[in-house]
Formats: sequence, C-alpha cells, structure tokens
Amino acid sequence: MTTNKPKFAMYWAASCGGCEIAVLNTHEKILDLDANFEVVFWPVAMDAKYKDVEAMQDGSILLTLFNGGIRNDENEHIAKLLRKKSKIMVAFGSCACEGCIPGLANLSPVEEIVRTAFHTITTDNPNEIYPRTSYDVPEGELRIPKLAPILLPLDQVVDVDYYMPGCPPESHQIAAVIDLVIQVIHGEAQLPAKGTVIGAGNSTVCDECPRARNVKTIKAFRRIQDIAPVDPTLCILEQGVPCNGPATRSGCNARCPQAGAQCIGCYGPAEGVMDYGARLIGAFASVIEANTPAEIEKILDGIPDPTGQVYRFNLAGSLLKAARPAWGKEAS
Amino acid sequence: MTETFEPTIIGFTCNWCSYRAADLAGMARIKYAPNVRLIRMMCSGRLDPTFVLRALSGGADGVMITGCHPGECHYMEQNYKALRRFLLLRRVLHGMGIEPERVKLVWASAAEGARFASETTLFVEEIRRLGPLNWGKQEDGPSTMDHEGPSSIVHGQEVEVPA
Amino acid sequence: MNQKISIDPITRLEGHGKIEIFLDKNGNVANTYFQIPELRGFERFVVGRPIEEMPLLTNRICGVCPEAHNMAASKAADAVYKVDPPRTAKMLRELLYMAFYCTDHTTHFYALGGPDFVMGPDAPVAERNILGVIHKVGLEIGGRVIQMRKYGHAVVEMIGGRKVHPCTSIPGGMTKGITEDQRREIEEMGHWAVEFARFSLKLFSDIVLGNQEYVDLILGDIYTHSTYYMGMVDENNRVNFYDGKVRVVDPGGKEFVKYEPKDYAAHIAEHVEPWTYLKFPYLKNVGWKGFVDGPDSGVYMATPLSRLNASDGMATPRAQEEYERFYATLGGKPVHQRLATHWARLIELLYAAERWVELVTDPEITSPNVHTKPVQVPTEGIGIVEAPRGTLTHHYWTDERGRVTRANLIVGTTNNYAPIQMSTHKAALNLIRDGRVSEGLLNRVEMAFRAYDPCFGCATHSLPGQMPLQITIHDAQGNPVEVLKQFC
Repeated sequence: MTTNKPKFAMYWAASCGGCEIAVLNTHEKILDLDANFEVVFWPVAMDAKYKDVEAMQDGSILLTLFNGGIRNDENEHIAKLLRKKSKIMVAFGSCACEGCIPGLANLSPVEEIVRTAFHTITTDNPNEIYPRTSYDVPEGELRIPKLAPILLPLDQVVDVDYYMPGCPPESHQIAAVIDLVIQVIHGEAQLPAKGTVIGAGNSTVCDECPRARNVKTIKAFRRIQDIAPVDPTLCILEQGVPCNGPATRSGCNARCPQAGAQCIGCYGPAEGVMDYGARLIGAFASVIEANTPAEIEKILDGIPDPTGQVYRFNLAGSLLKAARPAWGKEAS
Repeated sequence: MTETFEPTIIGFTCNWCSYRAADLAGMARIKYAPNVRLIRMMCSGRLDPTFVLRALSGGADGVMITGCHPGECHYMEQNYKALRRFLLLRRVLHGMGIEPERVKLVWASAAEGARFASETTLFVEEIRRLGPLNWGKQEDGPSTMDHEGPSSIVHGQEVEVPA
Repeated sequence: MNQKISIDPITRLEGHGKIEIFLDKNGNVANTYFQIPELRGFERFVVGRPIEEMPLLTNRICGVCPEAHNMAASKAADAVYKVDPPRTAKMLRELLYMAFYCTDHTTHFYALGGPDFVMGPDAPVAERNILGVIHKVGLEIGGRVIQMRKYGHAVVEMIGGRKVHPCTSIPGGMTKGITEDQRREIEEMGHWAVEFARFSLKLFSDIVLGNQEYVDLILGDIYTHSTYYMGMVDENNRVNFYDGKVRVVDPGGKEFVKYEPKDYAAHIAEHVEPWTYLKFPYLKNVGWKGFVDGPDSGVYMATPLSRLNASDGMATPRAQEEYERFYATLGGKPVHQRLATHWARLIELLYAAERWVELVTDPEITSPNVHTKPVQVPTEGIGIVEAPRGTLTHHYWTDERGRVTRANLIVGTTNNYAPIQMSTHKAALNLIRDGRVSEGLLNRVEMAFRAYDPCFGCATHSLPGQMPLQITIHDAQGNPVEVLKQFC
C-alpha cells in the first residue's frame, strides 16, 4: 500500500529505546505524524526490513530520525544505508548526537567491555568462551555484528542535517519539531540552516531554571545524598552539588533541578561550546573559592569521578572521543 | 626506530609576563629547546581547557601554560582561575589515560627569561621521557567495515573457542 | 550445508534480534537460533562512577523500562550504604513504579500481543495491528489506551521528575516528595486506571475467552513449555513488584527455593554460547542441561505468567478474583501455556492500578520526610525488583568513597532468553514441514516470542504495523527460491 504522503523513517542503533518512547509520549501528536507521513521503516513499530530500505530509491525518504550511537558494523551499515535513502537525516537524541551513556564504554578497550560481560560472578564460563562474529554450528554458519573499537556519534560516519539533543529529547520539543516539519511540507515554513540544533534552546539550562542564583563561592563539593533534600529555592551548584547546568544546552525546562536533583547534562553542549567537558571544567573552576593548590585540590576531592562528571553524556562527541586505552594498539 | 622522538609542545603564554619572559630569553640569546610553539593570550585566565584538548587531540604531546606569579596578575586574580582550571583538567585527563605530567603550569614574571628557558627545556625532556601521545593518528575514527570474514569480535584480536 | 531461513531483524523487540532457522534435507527444521547482536557494556563502564549515579546511568539500559532499573539501582545503592529510606520515600518509589507498570503492560497488550487475539492470528495482515484493534473495538478504546499512557507517564513525571529516565531517587530516599494537589491528581488517575484495567480484562474475556478457537490456541502444545517459574513475592507469597523475596517453583508448581536478594548468586548462573552477545541464566542448583524443558533442566522463566505461577495469590482484592478465575479456567497451577502470559499481564495491570490507589491514599504519602542521610561507609549492595519482563537484579561493589568497583546486572528479559530460544524453535519445528513455509507461520513464530514481551512496547498508536518478517528459502545450492514477506 503506497500513498503520496512524504516518507518517514525512524531507526535505533546502539540506544535504549527512550527516544522511541519520547516520540510516543507526544500522545495525540503521533496522529498528526501518521496523517502527514507514510512510515516506511521503523523497526520497533512496523514491519519493513533492511531489504525494503535497500530497495527504496535514493533520497526517497523525506525525513529519517536516527537515534543511537554507532557501536558495531551493523549500526554503521544501516546509518550509511539510511543516509543514502533519505533527504533529511536527523541525529535524534543524545546517543546519535554525542554518544550519550553507551559512549562511556570509550573509557575502556572494547576487549575489556566484552571480557567483563562474560566474566561476571554469575557467569559460568570456565572455557573462556566469547562471542564470535562468525561461528559454525553443526547446521551451518551463524553471524553477529562486529564491535567497533570505540563508539561513535552519527556524524562521524555519515553527513547529518540536523541535531536534536536530549536523553531523551523532551516530548514537547518533539511535538514542536513534528509541527514544524508538517508546516514545511505544506509550504508554510522554512527548514532551518543545515547543521542547526533543533528542538532545543540556544542558551544553558541555568536560563530555564527557576532557582535563585547568587555569586557562587564553592568551598566544598557535596554528594547529593549527603545534603538531600536540597534547598528548593537556591541554585543547586551553589549548595555544593556539582550541577552540569552551566555547560548544558537549554530546552528541557530544567526538569531535574526542578525536581530537586542536579542537572546531569543530557541535553549536550550549549550553543557555541566545542567541548562540553572543557566548558564544564571552566565553569566549576571559576566558582571555587580557593587560591592555593592545596586548598583547591581539597575542594576538588569532593568530586569523586571528575572524568565521568564532565563527560557523562558527551565522551564520544568530545574532542578526545575516548580514553587512551580504548584507542588500542598502534594503528597498523 | 632509532630517531630520537622530538616532542611537539604547545605553549600558552600570558602576554604580560611569560610572553615577555620568552622575549627576554630570546634577546639574551638563552638557548632552550625549540619544541615549543608559543600562543600568546592576554592572560593565563584566558585559558579555556578546550585549548588544551584541541592541542592534545590535534597532535601535541604536551601543553605548557604560563602565567604571572600569584598576586601579580595584570588583571588582578585571573591567574588563580587558570590554576583551578588546570588542576581540575589534570584530574579529568588522568581519567582519560593521559599522564598528568603532559600538561604543566608555570608561573614566571617578565624578568625571568632564564627561568622560562629552563622550565621549557625541562618540560621537553619530561615529554620526551613520556613518549609521543599519538592522539591525532586515529582522528578519522576507525572504520569497522574493513574487517571482513570470520574473525573474533574484537578488532585485531583472535579468541580461541574450544571445539 | 543446510538450507537457512533468516529472519533479520526481528522487530517489536527491545534492541535487536534475529532468528536463523536451519532446515534438514527433508525440509524440516533441524535447529533454530535466536541471536542477540548487540552489546553496550554497562557492567564495565559503570565502574569508576559514583554509586548515586547508578539509578541515572542504568536508566539508559532501557528507555522503555528505565523505572525498573532506577528502582533496582536505588535499592542496591541503599544496600551499599546500609541505609533504610523513610517509609514515605519507599511508598513514592513504589507508587511511581505502579503507574509505570500500568503504562507498560497496557502498551504491550494493545499494540503487540493483543492484536493477535482481538483480530486473530490468521486475520489479514493489514488488520492485525493496533489500528485493526481500534477499528474492531472502536476509536473510543484507542483514546483510552492513549489516556492510560498519558496518566501513567504524568505520575512518573510528578514523582520522578521526568517522563523518561526519572531522576529523583537517590541513596537514602528521594530528592523531593509530592504536594496534596499532586496527590489528589494521582489518586484520580489511579481510580481511572483501575477501571481501565477491569475494562481490559473484560475485553480479553469477551473477545478471547469467548472464542473457542483462541482458547484452543492458548491451550495448544506448540506454545507450551514446562519449566521452572520465578517471581518476587511478599511475606504472604503474594506477587509484589517492588520488594520481597524471589521465589521459584518447579514445573509441578512446588516451591523449589525462596531466596533473599542478597543470595541471588547462590542460585543463578549464566550460560554462554559463542553465537550471541547475550547469556542464558539458569538455576545453578539444577544445572544447565541445554535448551530443554522439565524439572531436571535449570531453565526458568520470569514473566507475568511466571510471577502468578510462583505466587499464592495477588495482594489486592480485584486482582485476586481475576487470579482465581485465571487458574480455574486454565485447569489449575501452574499454567505452562506461554500464550496465557497475555492474560496474566492484564491481571498484573489490575493489581498495579489497585496498588497505585492503595499507596496514594496512604496518609503518609505527602509527608516531607523522604530522605535518610547515609552515614555508613559504602561497600556492596544488591537490589532486586520485578521488571515487567522479569526479575531484575543489580549488584554493585564500591570503594570507601562510594565509587563502583564492580557490577553485575541480570536484566528482566535476559532471564527468559533460554525460554525464548526454546519457544521460537518449538514453533518453527511444528510449523515448518517439508520445506513449506506459510503465511500463518510468520505470525505464529512471532507469537512464540511476543508473549514474553521482550522489553519493548510500541505504544498506543502504532503505524500500520505487523511484525516485519521476511523469510527467504534457499535451495540446496543456497539460491533463494522463495521469499515470503509480511509488511504493510
């Protein structure tokens, strides 16, 4: 059954499914999507196969929302395939934009990732069996995808038209983007410039946060469980809990700080920020109230995991991309 | 490989003191290691940690940051900001597997040409000892599609499976 | 070289999966392999992260059921600090969890499992999806399904801070409580949810149980396996999703073991195969005997059906009535027919809604006392909850600063990996004969694993969606001779 409606696709690579749920949490807005588009490929929801995508004409899909990071060769293959078949490709959600949580795997060599999974305390593996990309069973050959040495964001493997950040993007933002695209289809609006970050703001989370902010003088960093519940009216960073708001792009309505929890940075770098971690280092350092190395180090000891704190969602998308051990041996 | 490794160092120098110190060293014809490429900032407080990361991911083996002595900052207190950023940055780099010694912060006044020179030379030797960082080598990202055929799941490593 | 039928990718599944069916020279099924082609590495990369981040990081294991991971990680983090959250905090967590359960079970029944029954397994492909269901039962129903999801996620957001990946649960309790206004709103939605659950059960009763063909399908042998059954129970052996002990009954229904979360490693082990990235949990004290049924095989199941089988009843009155009716209709405990899981899931939906109302009407639910500061040195902790798809175990070791040094996670659907493998094989074995593959096969093989609700639900409005399946039949030379497709 084909229609004349523009074609839509949504695909998940190394992701968690939260982006799909966020799209579905637009509730009735999904009906608008369905009314204006023909969904031709969305593995979670309907039955088109990879072969069907391969059979489509290049550029015949108007809009593809691609979420998930590129973790293995199947992810890479489908990313390239969808790029060929799509006019507009959106890196949807934090994983596709910057690697997100699965990008933390880039702190270790991928061999360790596998070894750990197959040597937990409950894993029965005395013969040191690991998965093989090709394995012969009595009946024939079985294959599974090959893991890449590091996880990459989408724009490291294909050209991306737009970025929609968030883990996941908030549903009201997704609804707004669906509305915009429908308007564009009807000739009532223009698409923004290629490379634009859509469905998010241009400022930082601090701008959307209703908490009161004063001049900050951090004399100690605290863990949230040591001071909870935080004062509901005052900036969380000022209370000593490292809040990533200053480096994080706005668009989420600062939901987590409004719920009494620190921002953990899921909306990615604010406008104009080249490296999220660097920006956050600068922000935290600027508000520490100490001038001697000894005092400063003591205050910094209050952050138990500095690397994870500043690169939690953004490691794969950062300037360094991965920790040194993950790059592995000398390139041969 | 028998050639001596020549480190590539980027030096972010503050205009008011260390840049002048470097100038002074030059004028006094004090010899020091030529491996440092200097980039002048108006103040060490201008140092955005991004600069360090750009340098390291772009091929530098080490980064030196120089500023005015505490209490002597031309803009009052900004060198303290540099110090705090530097200390936090080092911790983060350590978590990324980069030796903290690859990034160094030095206070030097405009009159300390000789000291600038000696600190620079010392740093170059330190980096030479640590070896090249080689971050830039895999800038394009490893492609997975090059690996065809039956193999282990992991790039470049065979794992034996018992029959 | 055997002929191979590849079904790749499976869809309407959490993450990715594929099925390889090998035929022998007579065209009958020689073997079937259900492969999981992905691995992200959570157990490695949470190492080094502070324990209070575990509920936040493990949210991202699954964006459909982050609430489950959030709960298990929170309980484990409490255990790491040996801190006991205030009663209100525990109630808020469980309340959030019940609202989540309602959305999740609704999604699966109406968009994934339900269409097979409401429309029938052999209904025209174009109708066998949520749209067909709505067409048959009315647009008003579709609106109700959207409403249930809306309400459930509204509660998650009110208590958890966000609709997806909640952020308010920390070691020792919660970052905030709820106001009386919020409480009233949640209560109103809870009453609505109870009515919706009852309606869904009635729908199932009218459309499925009132149809002998479906009853035969459910009771048929193709989808029946006799294994051990696992589920969490309270002190009265009633189903509890949030807290309690883990109980396992044998294929005859007798209690085999009931263990405390802290003892899980003495009872569960995971088997490895080199053709998949996922491991196969089994009962350690029975042993791994392969992908086989029976009391001598350590294979166990953990699904809504398992939970009902492993318990002595439901803890809320209406759900208990349905529980009794369930077993009376199906001929006693335990029930081995896997398709009955769809019914069991609706009974759990009703329990979750009733429990929602119970919790939100407790006088202490709006208390501001929602956090106890941890004071002990962090060491090691285990947290177990029932995820909608099965028993979920989080185990963390930390250093003295509370940074994770080691982690072990046994995730809901993982428990069912061996049963899914077995069910898929049995369905294929019985349906593919003499090399002939029929349209009916496509759906009926899907139905084999769909009953387990493998961790993903597509929600209320799924697009013309039936399971995307393509089966390619190769001749002895490996040339494709027939391609059967099902998609819209």
